[in-house]
Amino acid sequence: MRGVDGLLLMFSAAGSLVILALLMPVVLAPLMTKPSDLATTLMDPEVLGALSVTFSAATAATIFALILGVPLAYVMARMNFAFKGLLESILSIPLAIPHSVAGILVLLAYHSRTPIGSILGNLGIVIEDAVWGIILAMFFVSAPILISSARAGFSMIDENLEHVARSLGASHLKTFLTISLPLSFRAIASGAMLTWTRAVSEVGALLIVAPYPRSIAILVIQRFESFGLSAAIPITVILLGISLLVVFIMNRVLRGGSYP
Amino acid sequence: MNSDDFLLTLKSVSKRLREFRLVDVNLDVRRGEYFVVMGPTGAGKTLLLQIIAGIHYPDSGKVILDDVDVTYLSPERRSIGYVPQNYALFPHMSVRENIAYGLRVRKYSKADVDVIVKELSRELGVSHLLDRRVSTLSGGEQQRVALARALAIEPKLLLLDEPLAALDAETREEVRDYLKKIRRSIAFTAIHVTHDFVEAAALGDRMAVMINGEIVQVGEPSDVMNKPRNEAVASFTGFKNIFRGAVRGNVGGLAEIDVGGIRIYAVTNRVGEVTVAVRPESIIIALEPVKMSARNILKGVIQEVSEIPPFVSVIVDVGVPMAVYLTRSAFEDLGLELGKIVYLAFKASDVMVF
Repeated sequence: MRGVDGLLLMFSAAGSLVILALLMPVVLAPLMTKPSDLATTLMDPEVLGALSVTFSAATAATIFALILGVPLAYVMARMNFAFKGLLESILSIPLAIPHSVAGILVLLAYHSRTPIGSILGNLGIVIEDAVWGIILAMFFVSAPILISSARAGFSMIDENLEHVARSLGASHLKTFLTISLPLSFRAIASGAMLTWTRAVSEVGALLIVAPYPRSIAILVIQRFESFGLSAAIPITVILLGISLLVVFIMNRVLRGGSYP
Repeated sequence: MNSDDFLLTLKSVSKRLREFRLVDVNLDVRRGEYFVVMGPTGAGKTLLLQIIAGIHYPDSGKVILDDVDVTYLSPERRSIGYVPQNYALFPHMSVRENIAYGLRVRKYSKADVDVIVKELSRELGVSHLLDRRVSTLSGGEQQRVALARALAIEPKLLLLDEPLAALDAETREEVRDYLKKIRRSIAFTAIHVTHDFVEAAALGDRMAVMINGEIVQVGEPSDVMNKPRNEAVASFTGFKNIFRGAVRGNVGGLAEIDVGGIRIYAVTNRVGEVTVAVRPESIIIALEPVKMSARNILKGVIQEVSEIPPFVSVIVDVGVPMAVYLTRSAFEDLGLELGKIVYLAFKASDVMVF
């Protein structure tokens, strides 16, 4: 017993270093910001515009990921098909490559002079330097998070529950809506929130695909490059606050007991 | 018997799924019958139920339900109640919502749902559980709720996958009696899958023995128990004393069989190499050989004693180790102990020869 305690003590000491390293910047940044700067920044139209662009694009990207990704996740969890392994690899590509590279890939495939880009253009969807480009880039880098989370959620459900629901007269769709979806709600919700936060934090792909309209992360870079560290701090603190809030909400949603 | 008497008919159903398989399964289940399919774990019993339920489709063969070919009909259109081994109660719903699920998807009015749920839960003794979350139920309670949920839709056929396997011994007995009781109050046709012969004997109107995906024998439980068709069935249905031997002679149907140096008499016309089986409970154990009318009397030494409630199992070395079951009180009355010399007696007609 003493040996175990000693070990845990040592690990705790090492762990404290990690926590300290993480906590230091998070605590320092707000301390180094004057409240008046914070207020000015919050009323800066450029900042508000960038926040609005970022949040609406991230929300749109998350909604698309939900609509398109959840059904795909269900198929991946329930069906065995040829090249499933390949599909899994493809889905993890966006998570594995540098985001600037992801941006190049998106631009290459969907800019307005490509076949797909011209079809999208006819629908009024242009990606270069447009909100649609931001949404698409965000979707590309963050949707796989939702898909893998939802898939894990569906995989955890005892398939007998679905079998029983169908034997009781529920169609496959009804079974999905009344059994599979509610039981994987937490997995999907946490996936959606991670997807959203990932989308908000995206910089690399946006720099390539659509630096304009300015999203908030790009604005931080521009302020830093043009006016130095002190100019970037208030926006940083605001973003930090929002992120903390989201993480807090996420943990609250996910903490509720799970189904056995 | 014409086909109208059969609710369910399987015609040459074959299926491979992962490590499980069904091979040319033919089965008829009569209307109102409680039919038990018994087989060891991995025999394909669950797969059989899932094919009947429509969860999987067979590779070949036909499933006929109520004179309609339902082989490829989706599960929701079959009206078959399915109770999987783990009961699969919906964890995000209350007991009431679980039972009402099938009625709700059938768009019954709220008033009708309430009436049916109330009636059925009273019948099945789960009224007091209706507002509980399923995670708070005991195994036996979950079982009853799963049963109520399946019966609520008045299914043509009820499929029960090892309904007692997840319960402790005491609850198992209770639920077994309970199943018998509700069968009397609510008429339904059921297929019950198990690996336990006691369940088959206690509940089954008829039973099938399934081994390695094949139906080996169909009949009334007593027939299957007393006349197992082959060694696999015998070893599975509880015959403990199974020995290889050779027929040495036969006088008027009474065969003399050499089993590892000892002589066993059996009623059979078989010749040559045979397998002999004697049920442990058919053997009488005594301290002296006198006054025993049985044809087979063997002397031996008690080698092992173990408890198999409600019996005591005694292994006696009579040249071959032979298991005998007797009650605790008989065991004590005889003052049996390890190393004691005893006599075993059993009738020639109690010896099965394959």
